[in-house]
Amino acid sequence: MILIDTGDRIAAKAAQMARPEVLAAYPITPQTVIVEKTADYVASGELDAEYICVESEHSAMSAVIGAQAAGVRTFTATSSHGLALMHEMLHWAALARLPIVMANVNRALAPGWSIWADETDSVAQRDTGWIQFYCSSNQEIFDTIIQAYKLAESREVQLPVMVNFDAFVLSHTSMPVEIPEQRDIDEFLPKFKPFWKLDTANPFAHGSILPPDKYMEFRYIVQRAHEAAKELIPAIAEEWKDRFGTYHGGLIEEVGCDDAEFIIVAVGALGAEARVSVRNLRDQGYRVGLARMRVFRPFPEEELRRIGENRTLIVVDRNISTGSGGAVFTEARAALHGVPGSRLYGFVAGLGGKDVTYQDLEDMAKKVIRQEASEVEWWEWNETGGV
Amino acid sequence: MAIKDLPREELVLPGTPACHGCPAMIALRTALKALGSDTIIVLPACCAGVCLGVYPAASFNVPVLNIAFEASAAAASGVVAALKRQGKGDTNVVVWAGDGGTYDIGLQALSGAVERGTDFLYICYNNEMYSNTGIQRSGATPYGAWTTTTWEGKAEHRKDFPGIMKAHDIPYVATACPSYPEDLFRKVQKAKAIAGPKYIEILAPCPTGWRFPVDRTMEVGRLAVQTGSWALYEYEGDELSFNGRSKQLLERKVEPKPVEEYLEVQGRFGHLFKPKRDEERLAEIRRHLERSWDRFRKQAECSAA
Repeated sequence: MILIDTGDRIAAKAAQMARPEVLAAYPITPQTVIVEKTADYVASGELDAEYICVESEHSAMSAVIGAQAAGVRTFTATSSHGLALMHEMLHWAALARLPIVMANVNRALAPGWSIWADETDSVAQRDTGWIQFYCSSNQEIFDTIIQAYKLAESREVQLPVMVNFDAFVLSHTSMPVEIPEQRDIDEFLPKFKPFWKLDTANPFAHGSILPPDKYMEFRYIVQRAHEAAKELIPAIAEEWKDRFGTYHGGLIEEVGCDDAEFIIVAVGALGAEARVSVRNLRDQGYRVGLARMRVFRPFPEEELRRIGENRTLIVVDRNISTGSGGAVFTEARAALHGVPGSRLYGFVAGLGGKDVTYQDLEDMAKKVIRQEASEVEWWEWNETGGV
Repeated sequence: MAIKDLPREELVLPGTPACHGCPAMIALRTALKALGSDTIIVLPACCAGVCLGVYPAASFNVPVLNIAFEASAAAASGVVAALKRQGKGDTNVVVWAGDGGTYDIGLQALSGAVERGTDFLYICYNNEMYSNTGIQRSGATPYGAWTTTTWEGKAEHRKDFPGIMKAHDIPYVATACPSYPEDLFRKVQKAKAIAGPKYIEILAPCPTGWRFPVDRTMEVGRLAVQTGSWALYEYEGDELSFNGRSKQLLERKVEPKPVEEYLEVQGRFGHLFKPKRDEERLAEIRRHLERSWDRFRKQAECSAA
């Protein structure tokens, strides 16, 4: 079935078809439609689940932690300030090894108030232990949410997964999406079977005091789970492709990278825009490719090192780690250390929803190709503050 | 029911690393006797998290979900929902939280969970301070009490938290004290049988924080009730009843003991008596007590009417 709908409504559809048994969420623009639509699925009986209308995002995450710990599949969604409010519980969910799946609509943080696209919200959560996906289309939102459950619940991973997509550019834009049959989804993603749960027949205390001789051991096995996810993410994407035909790449989607001298590195909807830029630049005779990072945590270090060898990477970040730089740029620079022939340029662009078109991305690439670019630039930054 | 008739089953195991004379563990032991083993405890940051013990040991013989300080009621909402999905709606989901996690940092999540009608029992053991971090003031700390953030004695009175819970219009709100184990047991047992949100607040006289000898916990709890500084009552819906000595005080059948008897045994009020009696602040404590009991009597009249 082809469904033409917005990113938010597609995310809600994916959540419904994944059959979570407990949902808890708090509305925030531009995620609100997910809250409304999933509540509607529960009310209409199209999703047989408990829906907890919590009083904050902190409680949304706490509630799904409680439900997941008690042994059922869960779903939540948030954005921006809501995600920031959850921060403490994001750590809790990951270290508790709870396979929660959450949609996050990437939106800028205030002040001043901004409801528009910016990935700083989720980038700021990179150290919490969550796996992070970034989507470039509504089809990818649908496919990734279902795949996220399979990944999160796998024995080797047992970690929460955040599926990110850009405010409005995807959340409120309609696109055609291929929706598989429910029975085929059920076959791909069977009913959740927890490896542990709160059970009065088998009492144990979860999350008790960990002394220094044990704490680090727990952190290490979470790190190991991220390493395992690097193997599983491409495998699950391949399995999905075989079953359903749609595919968006493994850890990184590569477009025209094989013979490229210059490669644009981007995440989310900017990555989709960059596909057009790459085609146009190739038409103009430039050997340019695209490496669209689907996954930011675990960071695809090995893939980037392979892609970066004897090439120039042009990283475009719609986020800023203030005092350092764009997060993908700074992490890519660390990953590429010692890779022969790799050069790196970074652009910070589109913060707070400032439009970044395929033309902008072409211009960035050309500026690098003509050796006119500084190592790091803020794209179309206006000295007068835009006033 | 007499103490000797309480169930023999011990769900607080020997060897808990609690301080000597800890009222929270005495109260939990009694509460779990009423709840039984089909109980899941959601435990925010508080002293009881330490009393539970260091991984992999655990001194509570029921499942425990540790959770962040302000998150317990929300996490309990999730546990309740998940149990319902699995046909285990009869399992008791109990938050066991201190007054910091209840009066202050956890108020929002608790208010939300209660407003949503969550079928759970929230028990606050109220030792009138942030005890786990080493005796700082909370919204439950009484006027005049020394803490490490109120060196001259707290300047404000505590808030009426059971009143806040009552204002949520929930089916059961009660207060208790470990010095009256039969009353505490009965209230937990009653709450267990009621559907919806239930709130029980247990006064927890803490030798470490209140500065009294470890063998006087029960005695200090009794003095709290006998002086009227702590009242034992329960709301079943809108029906309010006072219990035991508190009922006698309400009906003026006995005179309260002078509040000084309760205050003087606690080092945290020592500055009200030495080097000289602080008549002004002692008068304010008496005035506030009288106001509280005037209010209790009006509430009891309204309930009876």
